[in-house]
Amino acid sequence: MERIEEQVVVKKVHGLHARPATIFVQLANKFNSSVKIESDGEIVDGKSIMALLSLGIHAGIEVKLITEGDDAKEAIDDLKKFLEDEDKND
Amino acid sequence: MIKIKGIGVSGGVGIGKVLLLRKDEFSVPKRKISHDEISREIYRLEEALMATRKQISDLQKKISQEIGFDHGRIFEAHYLVLEDRVLIEDVIKQIKIKKVNVEYAFSESIKKYVDTLLKLKDEYLRERVVDIEDISRRVLKTMLKEKTLSLSDLKEKVAIVAHDLGPSQTASLPKENVLGFATDVGGRTSHTAIIAKSLRIPAVVGLEVATDNIRSGDKIIIDGSSGFVIVRPTDKVLKEYRKKSNLYTKEVKAIHIPKAVKVHTKDGKSIVVSGNIELPEELPLIKKYGAEGIGLYRTEFIFLGRRDLPSEEEQYKAYSKVAREVSPHSVIFRTIDIGGDKFLSRPEVPHEMSPFLGWRAIRFCLARPEVFKVQLKAILRASVNKNVKLMFPMISGIEELRQAKELLDKCKKELKKEGKNFDNDISVGAMIEVPSAALTADVLAKECDFFSIGTNDLIQYSLAVDRTNEKVAYLYEPGHPAVLRLIKRIIEDAHQNDVWVGMCGEMSGEPIFSFLLLGMGLDSFSMSIPQVPKIKELISNINLKDAKAAVQEALKLSTSKEVEKYLQNELRKILGDDFYRILMI
Repeated sequence: MERIEEQVVVKKVHGLHARPATIFVQLANKFNSSVKIESDGEIVDGKSIMALLSLGIHAGIEVKLITEGDDAKEAIDDLKKFLEDEDKND
Repeated sequence: MIKIKGIGVSGGVGIGKVLLLRKDEFSVPKRKISHDEISREIYRLEEALMATRKQISDLQKKISQEIGFDHGRIFEAHYLVLEDRVLIEDVIKQIKIKKVNVEYAFSESIKKYVDTLLKLKDEYLRERVVDIEDISRRVLKTMLKEKTLSLSDLKEKVAIVAHDLGPSQTASLPKENVLGFATDVGGRTSHTAIIAKSLRIPAVVGLEVATDNIRSGDKIIIDGSSGFVIVRPTDKVLKEYRKKSNLYTKEVKAIHIPKAVKVHTKDGKSIVVSGNIELPEELPLIKKYGAEGIGLYRTEFIFLGRRDLPSEEEQYKAYSKVAREVSPHSVIFRTIDIGGDKFLSRPEVPHEMSPFLGWRAIRFCLARPEVFKVQLKAILRASVNKNVKLMFPMISGIEELRQAKELLDKCKKELKKEGKNFDNDISVGAMIEVPSAALTADVLAKECDFFSIGTNDLIQYSLAVDRTNEKVAYLYEPGHPAVLRLIKRIIEDAHQNDVWVGMCGEMSGEPIFSFLLLGMGLDSFSMSIPQVPKIKELISNINLKDAKAAVQEALKLSTSKEVEKYLQNELRKILGDDFYRILMI
């Protein structure tokens, strides 16, 4: 069982508002690993839209991703890539 | 103090505190549950989430088709909320630890998240509150619909004020705690009116602006006799109405003491006065008010508020109980009459533009014989003691009657094979409530045993009036010459073919019209049960020949107002001022 932590700066223009948060949660749920996200000392379940939204993550903020499980590496890579992608459409 | 005028549909005065049910809003009931109920509440959570997901996927499909795929995607966040483990676990935790019902636990969990989001500085995120509240409202509605409304948890006496009340809502009311009803919409024959009348709870409908002017906790007077609702009354007005309320009770009590079951006119024609059953709990009232059996038993209530269809055995038990209780008199069961303004969660009726003209009643039953036959067999089996009759609603022509009877024959054969007993000569009637049936009554009469005129629908179909639409409700006139001519024709055609005719609409319980119908030759009157003693009292004071003469005159008149006025004057002449006044309360 692998556990990986990584610091990520969110580059999404509007932070994690509904659409990006939705996609993040959908993405997180594709993996077997657990996904946690830490911001401002608070750790929440990254597979939960309610929890994620309650963190109020906006652009430029630094968060910590924590994945744990057999596909922890793939999970953290994909999620990090997503958060770092500016994608002005979202 | 504000005074609002509406339509008084159920007499009496109710004075008390308001419980307001806003349009599209509902109060979430809080209920302590026992340890044994925990698993059931969790199951209900899963059910509601699943049902809501289905609703959203339907909605999403519709929107994608109408305005394009991309907009359909706005619901994706909704799905995630419904599947959110953190949320679901939180709700389950609350159910388990706090031992509360699922609706309350769910709404508390949502509230927590909404509060957090509202505190965030990010505007985008704060806007998500709308989404979350929308989805939570859907889930709560699904939960509440399935278990009807929170009204069933009423603990103190209140006056219910609402935009409108659905049958499932009124059905779940603890009657002893309701002082009165006041609604924005509805007319004389709206569901609220019928229920209020049969439960003898004062009610005023069609107030239009009641919910805008009344708040929960307000003191209110609901005067169902005059149609006035008074909000936050002054002490003086309050005193006046207390007096009126006492007087009403005394006078009404006198006329509502049931006498012998059988009744005949002053000159000796015997008339059947029976009761309509809207809710199973009304059954004991039949004996209490001295009704001669049941002229209309609405079977929909067996199908209400549940997810599965009741089995033949379950229906048989329910119908048999009614037949036993009403013996030695008889009961007329009306087969399923869903659609229209009647509510039934299942079998699901697709959305229709004009439900009153749509797939309902006998049309639905003939299209779904597998559902219909279960009911027919159950009613047949309940008829062993030969005091059960059967009628089909919304017959629009002879073919429907024939098809329904064919199915009935099939059911009889099957029951015989199964070795189950029933009354082979069970009386079969057609409800006459569609103008096309009224105009072909002579044809229908040759192939059935009796008619029952359903005036509520007959009037609205004949006059093209939706009785629940407050803008046109004034056009709903039982005394309209067209309606009177139709009724007269139905009765004449029936009698020529030796078929007896009853009426089960509200019209038969209204004194002036009972008088007129008596003159037209109506054989049997069925009405909301508390009206029974009053109408019997009326009938026993009327000479048939006077009523016949009144029919001749009334049919010459050209408007409903003229007809009503004429009948009122005639009745007053015949009965005397005092009796007339009490009768008309």
